[in-house]
Amino acid sequence: MRLNPYKTQKIAFFFLFLATLLIVVPVGLIVVIIIQKGLPAINWQFLSDIPRQGMRAGGIFPAIVGTIYLVLGAIIFALPIGVLAAIYLSEYSKENILTRVIRLAIVNLAGVPSVVYGLFGLALFVVFFKFGASILSGSLTLGIMILPIIITTSREALESVPQSFREVSLSLGASKWQTIRHIVLPNAIPGILTGTILGLGRAAGETAPILFTVAAFYLPLLPKSIFDQAMALPYHLYVISTQVPNVDEKIRYGTALVLLTLVLFMNLVAIIIRYKFRKRKKW
Amino acid sequence: MNKFNVNNLNIWFGKAHALKEVRFEVEANQILTIIGPSNSGKTSFLRQLNRLNELQPSFSMTGTVLFDGKDLNSLDVELVRKKIGMVFALPLPLPLSVFDNVAYGVKMHGKKNRKEAESIVEDSLKKASLWDEVKDRLRESAFKLSGGQQQRLCIARSLAVGPDVVLFDEPCSGLDPISTAKVEESMLMLKKDYTIVLVTNNVKQAARVGDKTAFFLSGELIELDNTDKVFTAPQDKRTDEYIRGKFG
Amino acid sequence: MRKVKEFIVEKLILICGLACIFFVVLIFLFLLKEGLAVFKIVSPLQFLSGKSWYPISEPPQLGILPLILGSLFVTVGAAIISIPIGVACAIYIAEVAPKKIKEILKAGIELLAAIPSVVLGFIGMVTLVPWVKSIFHLPTGLTALSGSIMLAFMAMPTIVSIAEDALYSVPKNYKEGALALGATEWQTIWRVLLPAASSGILAAVMLGIGRVIGETMAVMMITGNAAVIPSSILQPVRTLTATIAAEMGEAVVGGEHYFALFAIGIVLFVISFAINVSADLFLHRSK
Repeated sequence: MRLNPYKTQKIAFFFLFLATLLIVVPVGLIVVIIIQKGLPAINWQFLSDIPRQGMRAGGIFPAIVGTIYLVLGAIIFALPIGVLAAIYLSEYSKENILTRVIRLAIVNLAGVPSVVYGLFGLALFVVFFKFGASILSGSLTLGIMILPIIITTSREALESVPQSFREVSLSLGASKWQTIRHIVLPNAIPGILTGTILGLGRAAGETAPILFTVAAFYLPLLPKSIFDQAMALPYHLYVISTQVPNVDEKIRYGTALVLLTLVLFMNLVAIIIRYKFRKRKKW
Repeated sequence: MNKFNVNNLNIWFGKAHALKEVRFEVEANQILTIIGPSNSGKTSFLRQLNRLNELQPSFSMTGTVLFDGKDLNSLDVELVRKKIGMVFALPLPLPLSVFDNVAYGVKMHGKKNRKEAESIVEDSLKKASLWDEVKDRLRESAFKLSGGQQQRLCIARSLAVGPDVVLFDEPCSGLDPISTAKVEESMLMLKKDYTIVLVTNNVKQAARVGDKTAFFLSGELIELDNTDKVFTAPQDKRTDEYIRGKFG
Repeated sequence: MRKVKEFIVEKLILICGLACIFFVVLIFLFLLKEGLAVFKIVSPLQFLSGKSWYPISEPPQLGILPLILGSLFVTVGAAIISIPIGVACAIYIAEVAPKKIKEILKAGIELLAAIPSVVLGFIGMVTLVPWVKSIFHLPTGLTALSGSIMLAFMAMPTIVSIAEDALYSVPKNYKEGALALGATEWQTIWRVLLPAASSGILAAVMLGIGRVIGETMAVMMITGNAAVIPSSILQPVRTLTATIAAEMGEAVVGGEHYFALFAIGIVLFVISFAINVSADLFLHRSK
């Protein structure tokens, strides 16, 4: 039997739709399950107390603080380098081998497995520079990891500033750097911000790069300096899910919810900035 | 003395030979108009006068352009562009307020104080016959002005940095007849203080405002003479045909 | 004065641009520095093809074949699941879905990309693993299959978004030409759009697989981590990444075990480098 083309199309589109549902429905379910089962665990004590009874009770405050420190450290390191690298690619680079190699390097930085970043951080920062397992080592490792995200989004933002603005500024006798500093950069800020926040979200959620560079299994104290170890939310979730027996499911889901909320909140902010910026654009 | 002396200028963009052996003089305090069909090299020529061509990676040139007797390429490029302003085909305000658009170049060329900047902005807007229309709207975004106002804002912006020469690249191509008339009026007023080079694809505009007129075709300068002469008794047949609308 | 400042700023910008290359080289060098020492104990061939991984026995047995096969099992499984579904979803989003639904679907995919892998691993542990256990009547649900399903899911955002871009960037007149000749939309997609976007889709698949091979936390949490040569996807396996993550905590800095884990890192780096470079070539060819 030969199907007529319209029937074939109907069947094909049905399968395409089915495939899409197979991805999107579980995503929704995951978020709903975590919210539903995690929400009962969330209260002020859970957010502000240290873990107690071998992490089977109490709160996750040190892990939250640790993650915030790590993420801030990573961004302080990665943002200036990332934005300047993006400026290089968007404003200075020519179509040549060097540019091609830089782009390839960025693609590779984005593709290196996260656990390999962990190894690298261990070898370079912990062992070679003797920073030890510390917030400094972890932040630098995470910083290099999120560099490609910041570079790529910043570069897109810079390149979306119309060429004519640059030409006008230069035609008035402004120098190239003045043009970048006063015309290009201010108009690219929302895009750069989006990239930065996406990078923050990524850094907050990663576990493997911090495993050997900073993460403490159990450390009920808050870190005092950047040379201290710290707990971190993703690692804490890993620990109470797999390493500590008999942890109340509520605490696991609660921790997962806090981590997920933190990461999704940052993504949401990034999306909102991007959306508003697109609407407001005047050119 | 001539403002510009152009000797044997050749320009290439990649393999495309945009200007061929152009020899040219521009006298001070005149309006020189350049006419010619599209792709005749007239815009490339204009952009060479304030060295905007070199922003294209594929650009290369031979020959010389003398500005007040000095080789343009030997001068500091930012100084060149300060002395030789440019008004583009489309109104291109920067994404700043009306005031900051005009003050932008001033700020880039050194730290003038607020008072000084204000007087320069007012002066430049007056010269571009825009002051009366925008004096109460200086803080508004420049994008809120009409197309004609934006183009005169761009003229004021070029004047604010204190140029000797203002280059106009088809400045009226996006404007209605009334705005065009206003822009032409300001050009005529400006010529007592500035040297003006106007590229236009509107032959009538060249006849209206030009002291001298040059005709470019396929990257070559065909004819350069007093406007009256070019329009009434052109030396070259091709000039005559272009002016009478046979091609282009 | 201004010129000097600008000269410095511009050099700084150049240095930051070069920093990307520097970091990639630095990563590789430090992996080599710590990892190559293992080849004093085992030959590279023994390391790659040795059938037993007992890094803390005396003398240590450092063959990573079980780990390579573990990664391979999980990756192939994930690829089989994720490629058809991911490409189908990309087609649906790019060509079939109405505009509003398209935006929602894209947001859903972005959401998936944003969920931390440890959270997905946790959810996999508490939902997927018990299902696999009860459906197949297994002693444990921590198997290569569970890992494959989870990883397939994690590769989706990469595959869908890059494949969708590839479909989207096919010139519109290809599509219009085919439709004007009386082809149905599906015929147009199947015969015109997919072939035209093939190198972009191939790149999407490769980058998706790259993501799968490099994934660590989720895979460590749900594949059971048994370092034996697997014979079925319903058995626990241990991947290259999970081995590093699970064992580095116990390895002594400068010891044989430590070197061996770095050598695994070299293997992973080389694999991801090869995948990324070739995917980039495919992407450039499509543009």
